[in-house]
Amino acid sequence: MRFERREHRPLALIILTPPLAIAAALVLSGLLIATAGAPVMEAYWRILVGAFGSRLSATETLTRATPLMLTGLAAAVAFRARVWNIGGEGQFYLGAIATAAVGSQLLAGAPGYLSIPLLLLSGAVAGMILLIMPLWLRLRFSVDEVVTSLLLNFVAVLVVSMLIDGPLKDPLAFGWPQSQSVADAAMLPKLVARSRLHWGFAIALVLAFVVHFVQSRTVFGLKSRAAGLSPEGAVFAGVPLARTLFLVACLSGGLAGLAGAVEVLGVKGYVTTDLSPGFGYSGIVVAMLAGLHPLGVVLAALFTATMFVGADGMSRALKIPTYIADVTVALSLITMLVAVFFAQYRIRR
Amino acid sequence: MTETVLEIDGVSKSFGDNKANDAISMTLARGEIVALLGENGAGKTTLMSILFGHYMPDEGCIRFSGADLPPGRPRAAIHAGIGMVHQHFSLAPNLTVLENVMTGTEKLWSLRSEAGRARAKLKALAERFGLAVDPDARLGDLSVGEQQRVEILKALYNDARILILDEPTAVLTNLEAETLFGTLKEMARQGLSLIFISHKLDEVMAAADRVVVLRGGKVVAERRAAETSKAELAELMVGHRVARPIREAHERGEPVLEAAAVSVRIDGVDRLKEVSFRLHAGEILGIIGVSGNGQAALASLLSGTLARSSGDILLYGEAIGNLSVADTVASGIGRIPEDRTREGAIGEMAVWENAVLERIDEPRFSRRGLVDRAAAIAFAETIVRDFDVRGGGARTRTRLLSGGNMQKLILGRNLAERPRILIAAQPARGLDEGAVAAVHARILEARKAGTAVLLISEDLDEVIGLADRIQAIVGGRLSPPVSADEVDARALGLMMAGAWKKEAA
Amino acid sequence: MSIVLDIIASAGLWAAVLRIATPLIFGTLGALLCERAGVLNLGIEGIMTFGAMAGWLAVYHGADLWTGLLVAALAGGVFGLLHAALTVTLGLSQHVSGLGVTLFASSFSYYLFRLIVPLSGSPPTIEPFAPVTVPGLADLPFVGPILSAQTPPTYLALLLALLLAYVVFRTPLGLAIRMTGENPHAAEAQGVNPMAVRYGAVIVGSALMAVGGAFLTLSAFNSFFPTMVQGRGWICIALVVFASWRPGRALFGALLFAFFDAFQLRLQTAVDGVPYQVFLMTPYILSIVALCVMARRARVPQALMQPYRRGER
Repeated sequence: MRFERREHRPLALIILTPPLAIAAALVLSGLLIATAGAPVMEAYWRILVGAFGSRLSATETLTRATPLMLTGLAAAVAFRARVWNIGGEGQFYLGAIATAAVGSQLLAGAPGYLSIPLLLLSGAVAGMILLIMPLWLRLRFSVDEVVTSLLLNFVAVLVVSMLIDGPLKDPLAFGWPQSQSVADAAMLPKLVARSRLHWGFAIALVLAFVVHFVQSRTVFGLKSRAAGLSPEGAVFAGVPLARTLFLVACLSGGLAGLAGAVEVLGVKGYVTTDLSPGFGYSGIVVAMLAGLHPLGVVLAALFTATMFVGADGMSRALKIPTYIADVTVALSLITMLVAVFFAQYRIRR
Repeated sequence: MTETVLEIDGVSKSFGDNKANDAISMTLARGEIVALLGENGAGKTTLMSILFGHYMPDEGCIRFSGADLPPGRPRAAIHAGIGMVHQHFSLAPNLTVLENVMTGTEKLWSLRSEAGRARAKLKALAERFGLAVDPDARLGDLSVGEQQRVEILKALYNDARILILDEPTAVLTNLEAETLFGTLKEMARQGLSLIFISHKLDEVMAAADRVVVLRGGKVVAERRAAETSKAELAELMVGHRVARPIREAHERGEPVLEAAAVSVRIDGVDRLKEVSFRLHAGEILGIIGVSGNGQAALASLLSGTLARSSGDILLYGEAIGNLSVADTVASGIGRIPEDRTREGAIGEMAVWENAVLERIDEPRFSRRGLVDRAAAIAFAETIVRDFDVRGGGARTRTRLLSGGNMQKLILGRNLAERPRILIAAQPARGLDEGAVAAVHARILEARKAGTAVLLISEDLDEVIGLADRIQAIVGGRLSPPVSADEVDARALGLMMAGAWKKEAA
Repeated sequence: MSIVLDIIASAGLWAAVLRIATPLIFGTLGALLCERAGVLNLGIEGIMTFGAMAGWLAVYHGADLWTGLLVAALAGGVFGLLHAALTVTLGLSQHVSGLGVTLFASSFSYYLFRLIVPLSGSPPTIEPFAPVTVPGLADLPFVGPILSAQTPPTYLALLLALLLAYVVFRTPLGLAIRMTGENPHAAEAQGVNPMAVRYGAVIVGSALMAVGGAFLTLSAFNSFFPTMVQGRGWICIALVVFASWRPGRALFGALLFAFFDAFQLRLQTAVDGVPYQVFLMTPYILSIVALCVMARRARVPQALMQPYRRGER
C-alpha cells in the first residue's frame, strides 16, 4: 500500500473536508458518550440547545467565540508562513495584563474613544513582543520555535500571576489574586443589551476580513505566503525571508495579544490567572479546522465555542463531564489532519 | 579467457516513449575492470539500476556466475555479491565509520554488538585493499574521498564480489581519484570484478581494462583500453552530431557582464575558483561541464542568491558589489534557475503569482502595498498567450502545469521584459522534445534581439546547437573560451575532461 | 551566601533532586528514543498527563502500584501508536500531530477521570510508593538518607537511563534506531525497515513518557488533578536537545535541572522580597537557555522530522 498525490483536488472535496472531519470527531466522541451510558443524540441536541437555544446562550456562544477567532487568526497567519506559533496562550495573557496595567494605571481617567484604541494596541504590542523572542531565537540560534513559544506560555502566565499578586493587585478583591480593573469608560460597549456580547466580536469579525484581505490582496500577504510555501522559491524571487517572517510574527503575536485585550475590555475588566480556559491552544485547533483560511476561522471558532458553551448544560443534565468538549475539539484536530491528508493523497496498492 | 562472472543479456528498459536501454549486452570477467562510458542520458545509470535490482527490465536477463539473477530484487543482488557505490553516498554523517558499515549486518535483537570483531574485519579489509580509514572516526569529519572509501568498504564488508561504482570521481579531487584507481586495480588483482560508470576519458583510459561505450541507450562500441585512444573514445561517446543549425550571422555587441577571477567559498569549500568570463550583448556563451562541477554556484552567483568571496564582477562595464535578487531584476538580468520546481516556481501558488512575484514591488504590479491583481493577471495572461503555456490559465495552480509549460512560464516572465542579460541554467533539462524546441527557439530569438545569454548546460547537443562561444567548467574552474564554429564534439569532450588544465599547467 | 551553602549541604535538597528528576528522566528518555529514530513527539505533555491519570485510576481501583505503572505504560504505548500512524504512515507534520496528541490525550484523561471520579470537596487519594531502604546503601554517610528517601520508580529511572544508553550505543537494535534517525534511506538499503523502527521507537518512547507521568500520581503525590504535569513534557523536549540525544547526558541534564528546581523551591522560603513566581519561572527559562546554548552545537539526528517514504529521496 502506498499513497499517491492527487493531481486535481475537486473543489467539493476541499469544502467538504472540514465538515467531514468534524463529523468524524463527533462520531468518535459519541462513542465516548455512549460508553458513559448517556444517549448520544440527546447529548448533542442538548449541546446545540445549550449553545443557541436562547438569546442568552446564543450571545454567550458568540462571546466565547470572540477570543477564539482572534487566537485562531493568530495561529492561521503564523502557520501559513510556517512560523510555528504555539505560544498563543502566553501572548493572550501578556496582552491581557498589558491592557489591565495600562488601563488601570496610565489611562485610568481617559475618555473611552482615546483609551479603548490605545488599550487594544498595548495588548497587541505585548503579544508581538512575546512571539518576536522565539522567532529571533530561531533565526539567530536555529532553535525550534515550537518548544520555545510553548515554554514561554508558562513564563507569561507566571509573569501575570506575579503582577496580579504584586504591583497590579486589586486591594478590594478580598485577597484573591486579581488585577486592578480598567476604567469603566475603557470597557467595550455591549453589542446586545442585557448580555455579555460586546463589540469585541465585531472587531474580531472585521479583523478576519482584514486578515483575509491582507493575505489575498497585499504584497506582504503574497510574500509571506511564498515564504511559507517554499523558502527557496521565495528567496529566488527576492523575498527577504527574515523581514517577512518578522512581520508575520508581529501580526500573529499581535492578534493573540489583542485577544487578551479584547477579553479584558469586553468581559471582565480585570485579569486573573484563569482568564483563559486555553484560548491560545484552542486557537491552534481553530486555525487547523479552518484550513488556515481567515474566514474559515470564524466558522471554526463558532464550532469550538458551541462545543464549549453547549457542553456546560449538557453536562449538568446528563452527568457527562464538560471535558467532552475539549476531547471533541482535540479529536477534530486529529481527524482534520487525516482528512486533509486523504484530500491530497489517494491510496494505491 | 578467464571466467565470466556477470553477463548482461539483451536488457531493454523504456520509460514512456523514451527507450533508456535498448537490447544491451555485455560481460564482466573475474578480475576485470570495465568502464561504462557515455554522456548524461546515455542510459548508464538505468542499466546499473537494473543490475542492482532497483528497476525491472522490460526484456533481457542478468546472469551471475551462470545463474539467472531474479530481476527487481536488490536484496538478491546484495546476496549474490553485487555491491554498489552510488554517486550520492548513502551514509549517516553523525555515526562512526564502523557504525555506518555495521548497520544491518547483525541479528537485530542480539544483546550485544560484536563491535570488536567487526572492527577487526573492517581493518583487515582496509589493509588488504589499501583503503585506509579510521573505523572510529565520525563520518561527517571525513573528506569526501574517505567517505567514498567507507561506501566501498560497506560493499566489501558484505562480501561483494562485483563492485559497481557510479561516477566515482565526480566528487573527488584529482589526487583522491588517483588513489581510488590504485585501489580499484588492487581489488581487481585480488579477483574482484568492477564496473565503473564515467564520462571522463582520462580516467577511463587510466583505470579500465575494457571500455563499453553507450550512446542513446545502445552499446555502440566495445574497446580494450590498450587498443584505443582518448580521441577515438570521445568521438564514439559523442557520436556524429547533427549539423549545427544555420543561424543568422550576428554581430555581437559590447560586453555587458564580466567576471574577473571570481571565487565562491561556502563552508570552507571552494565552489568557484577564480572564474573569469566576458559576456557580450547578442551572443550566447555556453558553459558546458559534467554535473556537480560548480554550475549551481555559478548560476546562483549570477542570479543574486549567492555572495562571492573574492574577485570582481562588472555589469555594463561598471564594477558592482554583490548582486541582490532585487538588483538583478531591476538591472535587466533574466534568470532561469536550474531547479524549476524548487526555485523557479512555487507549485502551490497560482500561475499569475509566480509570474509577478519577483517584480511585485514594481509600481505597475502594486501600489501602496496592494497587489494590482488585474495588472498581474493581465501580465500572466500575456505570457500564457505569447509563450504558449498550455494546461492552465493565469489562475491555475502552477503545480498542475507540466514541466515544459512551467518552464515556458519561467522563460516567459523573464523574456517578456526584454532582459539585457539572461542567465539560463539547464533550461531544457527534463523536458520533452517539443518543449525543448520551443525553449531553444526563444533563447535564439532573445539573442537576435540583442540579449546576452549565459547558457549553463550539461547537454552537449544543446550547447552545440545554441552557443556562439563555449567555456567548460571543471572542478569550479572555467576553461578559456573557444568559438563554437571552430570546435568539434571531440574537442568539447576533451574540454569537459579538463584537458585545458594540463596545457595551462 | 551562607543560606545557599546551607541549602546545598542539606540532605533534604538532594533527596528532592532525585524525586523531582524522576519524571523528567522517564520523559526525556522517552522523547530521546523517539527522536533518535527521527520522530519528534510533542504528544509528550498529554501522554504524561494520561499516564498520570491511568496509573492512578488503576491503583484507585485496586491494582497494585506496579500494575499501575504498567497500565500507564500500555496507555502511553497506544498514544504512541496513534502518533506513529499519523507521522510515520501518513507522514503528517510531526509538530501538528504531536500537538493534536497532546490536546487529545490530556482532555481525554480529564474526561475519563471526571467520569469515573465525580467532583468532590477533597480529591480521593491512593497509598503511593513508599521509600525503600537498600541494605548497605542506607548506612552511607550523607548519601544514605538521600537514597533512603527514594521510591522504587526512581531507581527504575536511573537503571533505565543506563539500560537505554547501552541499547542505543551497544546493540544492533540501537544502531538500527540511530541509522533510521540519521538516514532512513541508508538504513533501508542495509536491510533495516525504517518504518518498523520508527513505530517501535515511538510506541516504547511514549510508554516511557506515560510512566514518567504516572510517577507523579503514584509516588510524588497521591492524587490526580488536571494540569498537574505543568509543562514537564515540554521541558523534557528541551532536555533532549540539551543532552545532545545521549541517554547518559539526559540523566545528567534531568538531575541538573531538578537541582535548580529543588534549589529554587528552598530559596523561595529562605529569601524574602522576591516574588515566588520568579523562582517558578526559572525551569522554563533555563530550558530556553539550554536550547539556545546547545541548538547549534548538538548533533541533531539528520532525519528528525522528515517523513520517510519508500523510494522518495
